[in-house]
Amino acid sequence: MITLGHYLTVAAILFVLGVLGIFINRRNVILILMAIELILLAVNINLVAFSAFLGDIVGQIMAMFVLTVAAAEAAIGLAILVIFFRRRGSIAVDDVNRMHG
Amino acid sequence: MIALIAFYLFAVVTIASAVLVIFSRNPVHSVLWLILAFFNAAGLMLIAGAEFIALLLVIVYVGAVAVLFLFVVMMLDIDFAELRSGFTKNLPFGIIIALVLLAEVIFAVSAWRAGPSLSGAAPQEKVQPNIVELGQVLYSRFLYPFEIAGLILLVAMIGAIVLTHRKRGDLRTPKVDRQVRRRPDEAVKLSQPGVGEGMQI
Repeated sequence: MITLGHYLTVAAILFVLGVLGIFINRRNVILILMAIELILLAVNINLVAFSAFLGDIVGQIMAMFVLTVAAAEAAIGLAILVIFFRRRGSIAVDDVNRMHG
Repeated sequence: MIALIAFYLFAVVTIASAVLVIFSRNPVHSVLWLILAFFNAAGLMLIAGAEFIALLLVIVYVGAVAVLFLFVVMMLDIDFAELRSGFTKNLPFGIIIALVLLAEVIFAVSAWRAGPSLSGAAPQEKVQPNIVELGQVLYSRFLYPFEIAGLILLVAMIGAIVLTHRKRGDLRTPKVDRQVRRRPDEAVKLSQPGVGEGMQI
C-alpha cells in the first residue's frame, strides 16, 4: 500500500538532487536551470501527494501555479542565457560579475 | 499491489534519471534524462489520482520547457568541457551540503510523524472526475490567481521575445509611421512654371 511517506521520500530525494546539481555544476547555467526544474518538480510532487491524501483539491491548483511560474522562469532564463552568450561567447557564470550594471 | 509495483518503478526511474541529469557529461543527454524524469513523475502523480496535473506535466514540461532547453543547448556553440572544469573541485562540498539537507529533511519528516498522523491514510475516494473538480475550484475560488497566472505567462512571453529579438540594420523595410503621418499639403507641391523654366539642370 502506498502511503504519503513514500511520496514525501521521493520528493525529498529529488529536492536534494536538485540542490546538489546546483552546487556541482556551478559554472554551467543550463544545468543550473535544469536543477531548478528538478527542485520545482519535487515541490509539485509534494503538493499533489498532500492534495491526494488530504482529499483537498487546492494542492493541485497550487501545483498548477508552480508549473506556470516554472515555465515562465525557464523561458526568461533561457532568453537571458541566449543574449549573454551572444555578447560574451561563453556561458560560464564566473564571468557574470563583469557586467557592472 | 500492482499500484505499489508501479509506484516503485516510477520512483526509481525518476530518481535515477535525476541523478543522470546532474552527472551526465553531455548537456543534451541531461535534457533527455530530464524528460524521462518528468514522464515518470507524471506517472507518480497519476498513481496519486491527479490525472490532470500529470498530463499537464507531460504537455508543459516535456512538450515545451524541455524542448526549449534542447533548442538552446543545441543552438549555442558552447564548450561544455571547459565548463566542467570545477566539477571535481565542487563535488565534495556539494555532497556535504546535500547530505546536510537530506538529514534536515529526514528530521523534519520524523518530527512530522510525532504530530497528527496521515501515514495510514489512503488517497480519498473521488466522487467526480479530477478535471471537473479542478475546474470547479479554479474558475470560482481561484479565478483571480488564475488570471494572474495567465498574465505572468504573457509577461514572460513578451520578455523573452524582447530580450532575444535582434533588429537587422541592413533591411530596407517601409517606415510605416512616416508613411501614415504624411499629409497631402506637405507631400505634393503645385507650381506653375513659365515657358522654359520648368526644369533646372
